[in-house]
Amino acid sequence: MRHVLPVLTVLIAIIALWYGAAVGLNRAWVYDQASRAGVEPASGLALVAETWNQERPVLPAPHQVAGELVKTTFGMAPTSKRSLVYHGWVTLSATLLGFVMGTVLGILLAVGILHNRAMDMSVMPWAIASQTIPILAIAPMIIVVLNSVGLQGLVPKAIISAYLSFFPVVVGMVKGLRSPDQMQLDLLKTYNASAGAAFWKLRLPASMPYLFTSLKVGMAASLVGAIVGELPTGAVAGLGARLLSGSYYGQTVQIWAALFAAAIVAAGMVMLIGLMERRTLRKMGMAR
Amino acid sequence: MKDTATSAPVIEAKNLNLVFETGDGPVQALKDVNLTINRGDFVSFIGPSGCGKTTFLRAIAALETPTGGTLTVNGMTPDQARQARAYGYVFQAAGLYPWRTIAGNIKLPLEIMGFSKAEQDERVNRVLELVELAGFGKKFPWQLSGGMQQRASIARALAFDADILLMDEPFGALDEIVRDRLNEEVLKLWARTGKTIGFVTHSIPEAVYLSTKIVVMSPRPGRITDVIDSPLPKERPLDIRDSRAFIEIAHRVREGLRAGHGDHE
Repeated sequence: MRHVLPVLTVLIAIIALWYGAAVGLNRAWVYDQASRAGVEPASGLALVAETWNQERPVLPAPHQVAGELVKTTFGMAPTSKRSLVYHGWVTLSATLLGFVMGTVLGILLAVGILHNRAMDMSVMPWAIASQTIPILAIAPMIIVVLNSVGLQGLVPKAIISAYLSFFPVVVGMVKGLRSPDQMQLDLLKTYNASAGAAFWKLRLPASMPYLFTSLKVGMAASLVGAIVGELPTGAVAGLGARLLSGSYYGQTVQIWAALFAAAIVAAGMVMLIGLMERRTLRKMGMAR
Repeated sequence: MKDTATSAPVIEAKNLNLVFETGDGPVQALKDVNLTINRGDFVSFIGPSGCGKTTFLRAIAALETPTGGTLTVNGMTPDQARQARAYGYVFQAAGLYPWRTIAGNIKLPLEIMGFSKAEQDERVNRVLELVELAGFGKKFPWQLSGGMQQRASIARALAFDADILLMDEPFGALDEIVRDRLNEEVLKLWARTGKTIGFVTHSIPEAVYLSTKIVVMSPRPGRITDVIDSPLPKERPLDIRDSRAFIEIAHRVREGLRAGHGDHE
């Protein structure tokens, strides 16, 4: 409970700043409208009220975004194309599939790097190079190429998610699998243990804390991948589609609501992994 | 004390040399080491850091490879002996897996070596009793003190019945009082199991109290300067350390260390 006060203070400060910025950024439109109509622009509190309640503001005020979020989340049937739950699920399903694919690929690559010298020398530079290419540039090509072989909808987006999320898993797992010190490895050598036994009994359990840290980063990257993957398909469905159609029609409130929905989904997923982490490590006796 | 009729060489080193190639050129870790360890001996290796005592122990365990001379363990090469699981090794740190209970940690070598489940449980109970940790099997390592953790690691090394026990400064990180207790326990253990024990230490009282044979080593290059066969009886209460014989051996060890150290430092 001691955390509540500082958290609340920061939150209130952010909201206050946000409202202030909304006044500053949306003011120009109020003046513009007034001069077109040939009347005196509003001033004082009336001006503030106008900047906070525009239909297409440069920066929507917090209550507008919150209102849109609540309306499109709870105010509509989840199957409706205007429901954020519908779009959120479209994105989340691609995110989760891509996350699983990326995690499996990342772990397999890490195991390969650990046990195969050629992979040790060659995989990492490629993995790093893959992440230096802007995903925004490569996503449309992945969509187009997969579309030409008949793959549409969920899978291409999941592949883009996997493309982003395998990387933190590879890096974390290589580090985790190599975390046992020389003494631990010497001990197994005195037992004449096989590489397999060393992997299952020592390296894999020792890598668990690293894995969970990587999974959290990977989950966030996965969501970004899914959203980016929804952009080139022309705003069909998903949070990415909401962002795109919002920007087509200048629906800034819709854009911000979609952004917050994405952030809330990501935070929820990362918290879920954190929960799994705590339970697993406690069960393994590694958390005090 | 020495019974030549029943004692056979378990470990034999002849003109053993070991050179490490480092970035600053070769380092002679062991030079012309000759030593015979018989069955049932308790041998301590003592000397300042860099004298090669740990390297010699690791060479016996096939964790280092000598660059010259011969080294046999039970008549085999150290690597063959390792594959025959001829020894248990106790490191300076207990090195227990934090995700396994004490019993689980002791089972580790047993699982790797393919003992049956029932046999594992039976052995875990037996060695836990041997190191006086009965009843602690279900605890996790962090719930135990440093001394208890080290006893658990000794139990782990004993679990698969290797007849050689190699210990590399096992109590180096523990305080004096705990150390005295554990030294007593190691002696009891040795008397009960009749194992051949190689023990690295840099404590003179520890070496004299425990050993039937004390190997004094000196650095640069690492070599043996003195081998002392202890005249102390096998039965050793802690206050034997005030006896005349004990003090004389300790004196001889100290002399050996001083002579070996020369004018280097």
